Amino acid sequence: MSVRRLSPDQPASFTFRPDVLETAHWWCAKYPTERKQSAIIPLLWLVQKQEGWVSEPAIRALADMLEMPVIRVLEVATFYTMFHLAPVGKHHFQLCGTTPCVLRGADDLKKVCRKRIGEKFAVTADGLFSWEEVECLGACVNAPVVAIDDLYHEDLSPDDLEKVIDALARGEAITPGSARGRQTSAPDGGARTLTDPTLYDGSLATPLTLPNLPETAP
Amino acid sequence: MTKILIDDVEIDVPPDYSLLQACEAAGAEIPRFCYHERLSVAGNCRMCLVEVKGAPKPVASCAQQVKDQRPGPNGEPPVVLTKSALVKKAREGVMEFLLINHPLDCPICDQGGECDLQDQSVAYGRPGARFDENKRAVEEKQMGPLVKTVMTRCIQCTRCVRFVTEVAGVPEIGATGRGEDMEITTYLEKSLTSELSANVIDLCPVGALTSKPYAFNARPWELTKTESVDVMDGLGSAIRIDARGDEVLRVLPRVNEEINEEWISDKTRFAVDGLKRQRLDRPYVRRDGKLTAVSWDEALIATAQTLRAGPDRIGAMAGDLACVESMKATLDLMGALGVKNLDGRPTGAKLGGGPRQSWLFNSTLMGVEEADVLLLIGVNPRTEAAVFNARIRKMWLQGALRIGVIGPRADLRYPYEYLGAGPQSIAALSGDFLDALKAAKRPMIVLGEGALARADGAAVLRAAGRLAASVGIVKEGWNGWNVLHGAAARVGALDLGFVPGDGGLDAAGMVAAADDGKLDTLFLLGVDDAPLPGKGRTTVVYIGSHGDAGAHRADIILPGAAYAEKNATWVNTEGRVQHGRRAAYPKGDAREDWSILRALSAVAGKTLPYDSLPALRAKLIADHPTFGHMDYAPGAADSAGFDPATLGAEGSLGAEPFASAVAAFHLTNPIARASLTMAECARAAASTAHIAAE
Ligand code: SF4
Ligand code: FES
Ligand code: FES
Repeated sequence: MSVRRLSPDQPASFTFRPDVLETAHWWCAKYPTERKQSAIIPLLWLVQKQEGWVSEPAIRALADMLEMPVIRVLEVATFYTMFHLAPVGKHHFQLCGTTPCVLRGADDLKKVCRKRIGEKFAVTADGLFSWEEVECLGACVNAPVVAIDDLYHEDLSPDDLEKVIDALARGEAITPGSARGRQTSAPDGGARTLTDPTLYDGSLATPLTLPNLPETAP
Repeated sequence: MTKILIDDVEIDVPPDYSLLQACEAAGAEIPRFCYHERLSVAGNCRMCLVEVKGAPKPVASCAQQVKDQRPGPNGEPPVVLTKSALVKKAREGVMEFLLINHPLDCPICDQGGECDLQDQSVAYGRPGARFDENKRAVEEKQMGPLVKTVMTRCIQCTRCVRFVTEVAGVPEIGATGRGEDMEITTYLEKSLTSELSANVIDLCPVGALTSKPYAFNARPWELTKTESVDVMDGLGSAIRIDARGDEVLRVLPRVNEEINEEWISDKTRFAVDGLKRQRLDRPYVRRDGKLTAVSWDEALIATAQTLRAGPDRIGAMAGDLACVESMKATLDLMGALGVKNLDGRPTGAKLGGGPRQSWLFNSTLMGVEEADVLLLIGVNPRTEAAVFNARIRKMWLQGALRIGVIGPRADLRYPYEYLGAGPQSIAALSGDFLDALKAAKRPMIVLGEGALARADGAAVLRAAGRLAASVGIVKEGWNGWNVLHGAAARVGALDLGFVPGDGGLDAAGMVAAADDGKLDTLFLLGVDDAPLPGKGRTTVVYIGSHGDAGAHRADIILPGAAYAEKNATWVNTEGRVQHGRRAAYPKGDAREDWSILRALSAVAGKTLPYDSLPALRAKLIADHPTFGHMDYAPGAADSAGFDPATLGAEGSLGAEPFASAVAAFHLTNPIARASLTMAECARAAASTAHIAAE
């Protein structure tokens, strides 16, 4: 992590789109009116979903909306790294750089990002891509992991990542999850244990003889 | 009460005491950075760790209460150790962590010599550092003209955040980022807008927030420290004046629970550079239309000549900063001459005569903590008594006080019920709030100068008095009738009876008479913030310390001492008589004011019967026994028989809304107006007000 600052380039103003505003009100309604500040995190998230990042006018707008001091909104926005304080690309990559992922090749993924996208937080000229390094994403079993937009892409080799970038550049949809086709976090290449069908097809079962059971008709 | 064993001392403390308070009660010293008696508990510095028997690890004593401690197996009181090896090690560990990112720049840090971190690292830290990496560095932040920041030194105790949010009521400072990157800042580095903002300088345990005007001026051990009282408003806050040689360098608060707790306003703290500027340091006499420097002898002889006019053609007024001694000497001299044109209320507040309770803050400032309903009339406590406003806010925060306002609709830093703008609203007060006042156990009505210093002031006083009487403002052990004075001199003047004698003119009358050529001599005892006569036949004699409005108009100037330069008495708005003490000497040829009057009386052949300060004070007490009761606020003591309904006079109430007596907080007196710091603050305040208005 590093010191997080508001972007020097800020838009003149911020307003919620009408449909987003409706969702915002839905969030606010979850809290008692005198505690409406509690909705600050979901609302910041809505701002980011709408604009791609959290701008200074948006921070002020939320402070007004939730009747809280603007410094408190800034505190929250700077505390959570998930809120971008400067514009990011249409597709933002959060590349995990913590030990298990590094052991499984995250450094090579970083090289790919550098090559294809540029330095951390730089946005490509076409506005499509940006990336950053984050701490453990909590999916170490499938290391190395890159979260692209909202979804995890796991077991990535540098080639896989390049392919993902190519697909996104062509505007195609990409499939999240393991790039090697693992089922969630099941072992690579399919199950290694409990593979013998006799374990569950009932063939090993010995018929029980229970005393005093009524004779069933054959 | 709960028993607890602290370092083998068994004590009995209230169950809601924190362990830290209990340890202090048992005489054990607990180091701390984030904990502060008057702020909420944050528990984030961990310096206050103690060992509690049965707890798996050291506990932060500021954040745990006595009642939550587990008793021993047979019901023995809980055991706390503050001197054990575990505690020693814990403190050393915390100190070491704090110092990891703290720069070792004490030689260039203004906090040096009065720094909690320095002191505690000597007392509780381990020798030497084991940290070889780079320390973090934090970018500088702006907080306005008063607070200098060196944020690399911040230890994130959040005292400053809690102070501005809780006490000052302007949540402007916050902690952004997290972990190692946490930074203390204001939103987009805007200036602080509170009148109490500079108290964060005292609160900051390290050198992260220091005083900007005083930056790199002196080390604490070079300063002579004088305990005195403040005159920037009517509260008489307890202050310590730090001077080096003959230069007053800074003012700090002293603790006085009954007045200022431990806060002072920014004006109290920072107007002192005004003591160095615009000073009257020698006598002047106007000759051929120009003020010419003269010797004391010449000036006194010239002044004595003006006293030859008949008593009807002489007048005297006392201004906002005048001390009791100088007013007493003026009154005695005028009395000897038979002068009746006297007024110690140059702005024209319709108070004086009558019972002393009518012009005092009878609930006492601390009384607001007992009050349940408060009505403010024509007063903006935020600008007229900033420190007291924090106390009102404190009670509002606790939900214990219902507040109503008749008068200017200002941002007071707490919400209130707005009940009207002008005098009519007093008489017309009805409904819910009136019922609340009537039902209140401890109702309070506070009038400001803005309600009384106006043409219909006497009628306003009567109307407010009626209201007060109708709600039963005086009760057993309680008098809720209060006047909040903005000027340090006012209550002293009223106590001395510095009001027109029989058939004498009041301030406005004197000014009118002077303009009509009916007055030959007008004495101004530091009168600057009031209407003054235009240029004419009247000889204006100004006794004061600063070249301001009064000196500008004067024909004879007799240079006096400012508040930090004399041993003198002031009476605060509660009627509390307090002594200010000299921290420096008067500038140049200036003299203590009472001695100027004494010398003048001799030249004029009416020698005053005292030639030393003790003799003057003895006479003062003999004539006015209230001045013998030092540091005492009478409160409700003599209130039996006090009937507010009889105050003031019958008359018609004007329609004009009340205005606060203080238009610009930073510029209310000659000292503040001479101060560069205050000028800068006033500019900053004006520009934020401007932005807010847009
Ligand atoms: S600036 Fe001072 S008072 Fe504020 S958090 Fe830092 S150390 Fe504490
Ligand atoms: S280390 Fe990368 S997901 Fe945990
Ligand atoms: S004083 Fe207790 S944690 Fe700071």
